[in-house]
Amino acid sequence: MKAPGAPAQFVEQALYEVRRTIHPRAVHGWFAGWRWALVWATQLVFYGLAWLPWNDRQAVLFDIAQRKFVIFGLILFPQDIIYLAVLLIIAALSLFLFTAVAGRLWCGYACPQTVYTEIFMWVERRIEGDRVARLRLDAAPLSPRKLALRAAKHGVWMAIALWTGFTFVGYFTPIRELWHAVWSASLGPWETFWVLFYGFATYGNGGWMREQVCTYMCPYARFQSAMFDKDTLIITYDRERGEPRGKNAARRTGLGHCVDCGVCVQVCPTGIDIRDGLQYECIGCAACIDGCDRVMDKVGFPRGLIRYSTAHAMENELTRAEMFRRAFRPRVLVYSAALWAIVIAAGVALWNRVPLKLDVIRDRAAISREIEGGQIENVYRLQVMNTSEAPRAFRLSVLGIPGIGIPDEAVIEVDGAASRLVPVRVRIERGAVAAGTHRIEFGIQSTDDPGVAVREKSVFIVR
Amino acid sequence: MNEFTSSFWDLYISVITIVSILACGLLMLGQSKRRVPGGQAETTGHTWDEDLGEYNNPLPRWWMWLFWITIVFGLAYLALYPGLGSYKGLWQWTQVSQLEAETARHEEKFGPLYERYAQMDLNALAAEPRALAIGQKLFLNNCAQCHASDGAGSRGFPDLTDRDWLWGGTPEAVKASIAQGRTGVMPPMGPALGEQGTKDAAHYVMSLAGLAHDSVRAARGKPLFAQSCAACHGADGTGNPLLGAPNLADKTWLYGAAEPVIIETITRGRMNQMPAHKELLGDSRIHLLTAYVLSLSQQ
Repeated sequence: MKAPGAPAQFVEQALYEVRRTIHPRAVHGWFAGWRWALVWATQLVFYGLAWLPWNDRQAVLFDIAQRKFVIFGLILFPQDIIYLAVLLIIAALSLFLFTAVAGRLWCGYACPQTVYTEIFMWVERRIEGDRVARLRLDAAPLSPRKLALRAAKHGVWMAIALWTGFTFVGYFTPIRELWHAVWSASLGPWETFWVLFYGFATYGNGGWMREQVCTYMCPYARFQSAMFDKDTLIITYDRERGEPRGKNAARRTGLGHCVDCGVCVQVCPTGIDIRDGLQYECIGCAACIDGCDRVMDKVGFPRGLIRYSTAHAMENELTRAEMFRRAFRPRVLVYSAALWAIVIAAGVALWNRVPLKLDVIRDRAAISREIEGGQIENVYRLQVMNTSEAPRAFRLSVLGIPGIGIPDEAVIEVDGAASRLVPVRVRIERGAVAAGTHRIEFGIQSTDDPGVAVREKSVFIVR
Repeated sequence: MNEFTSSFWDLYISVITIVSILACGLLMLGQSKRRVPGGQAETTGHTWDEDLGEYNNPLPRWWMWLFWITIVFGLAYLALYPGLGSYKGLWQWTQVSQLEAETARHEEKFGPLYERYAQMDLNALAAEPRALAIGQKLFLNNCAQCHASDGAGSRGFPDLTDRDWLWGGTPEAVKASIAQGRTGVMPPMGPALGEQGTKDAAHYVMSLAGLAHDSVRAARGKPLFAQSCAACHGADGTGNPLLGAPNLADKTWLYGAAEPVIIETITRGRMNQMPAHKELLGDSRIHLLTAYVLSLSQQ
């Protein structure tokens, strides 16, 4: 790329860029309101849900040591991993759908990185002031006041971060016990580690890393860009209307509506200029829309110089209605149909879920034995899991060979949300079937609720 | 490792490892800055699809710190853990010591529970459902592979749910069977008795157990039994728990009661082993297991 004959002036260039601190200016408006609504909604759920009691226990607890996840009345065992898979599929399809329709909605409004950055920036603003005050403070030499402000800011950040780490761990260890453990200094090593680690990650990402997480680290940020098409709603600067930009546009002719006030750049949390067009750094937070609309109101131009629009709408000057109609394109319809199908299927499956599981394990060594009276006996271990909260009694039965039966007491009692391993003998009359393996089926049914029943296949061996 | 390699290899590994890590550090230092022609947009020089260039944009600085952190981590790891040849590391960590520490923690947690039951009398334990539940788990993990999940055994593996005991059914005898194990040996009598003699002895044994038999052969077998078998199985064939010699006059047959099976047993003998569990399980668990095994036959 070196032009021939160019003067050989060399400069030292650092290969690692020092981050340019971004001090976004506070922004108010319709979209900022939406973001704050989602901050409240997600964080009330996150910080609050852990404390909610339910049937004398925590409503939502992921008990890894006991391999038992409780979500209100639902008790999930490791065998229910399929529901986690379904949840992830729903999350992925939702991301595809929302991104196809309106770009990086998730990034701009609901992603924890955005939400915590928003909270941390709010704290920063309350303590150090808005953009200009912060820039001035950054440039000022160290003074008692600067030290006090910085200490206060980091103190509050760390408090929020530790509380977040504590709440996070509270979903895996009962949070009330955890609270007492904190105050009696009897927190286990792993709990301590995770509280501090998650807290540190929150503090680091919300306070220091901020837009760098989105720009350099996040894989979703990258592949969402690949899911845009020409009809995806993106934050767009209306170049036709705005250019040529210039100050005092209201009183001068020959200029566009952009008064070049720079508000859209000042409010941007990733520090880009949206007037340069769609950029990979743009998280779709719409802060520039809110900022620009206020300026337009002030200078007396119509709102929407920066607005949600699509590449198609800009090229062909579509009306709003025409643009929104294009949201119903095949791609969006297919995503929606797939999403609804899987949500309904998962809902039906959860609704019809039988709170009982049965696993049959044949004895390996003692294959088949003859007992007095000429009967043939096989032995099985039955793992009975009662996934309801009440203790239950189950009646056991076996089918598949004429005259097959269980000689012993065939009622098994299992505590609520517990499993029990029971050895079971099964007998048939000699000569009822030929030597070899024969398919049989165990059935288990609650004694008080016939609807709670499952079946499980096994084999009976005669030799 | 040192027993069969010279210390040269320790040195070899250590030098390569440390020099490599330091070289990575030097590379970082040398490559964090470079001289470029002023005023030019720098590209990597790669061009794809005729005109697609790649800008050589700088990496974020924290990225560089990540590289430094890996170098520091690597050095700290090699100082604390055994990574450099035969150097043991400052923490003296080994897999065995980790296992022992985990076992000790486990013992500390569950030891008191077993200890409490170990103090209790076996009869009292039999009435303690929690103790029996623990006993059942121990049984399923350690015994059920041979004696079956229900304890009723199978061919060659004794039934623990009946009241017939090869080595005695007292609590002490059962406990000793679990702790020390048992080796039951029936010597091959085929060569001594001959083919016909073996068959005659077999029919006598079948007559003792009340099985269908040839009375002529049984009569011929009686003196053979007194001569060759009674020393262990007793003159009346009721066995001897001190030797683990089975009672032949009952309906319990470890290997089967059919004529050819009994003839095979006499001809070739039997060798059976119950492994010792004292080292594996320890006294307090064996105490619980004994209670559980006894409870099986007392149902």
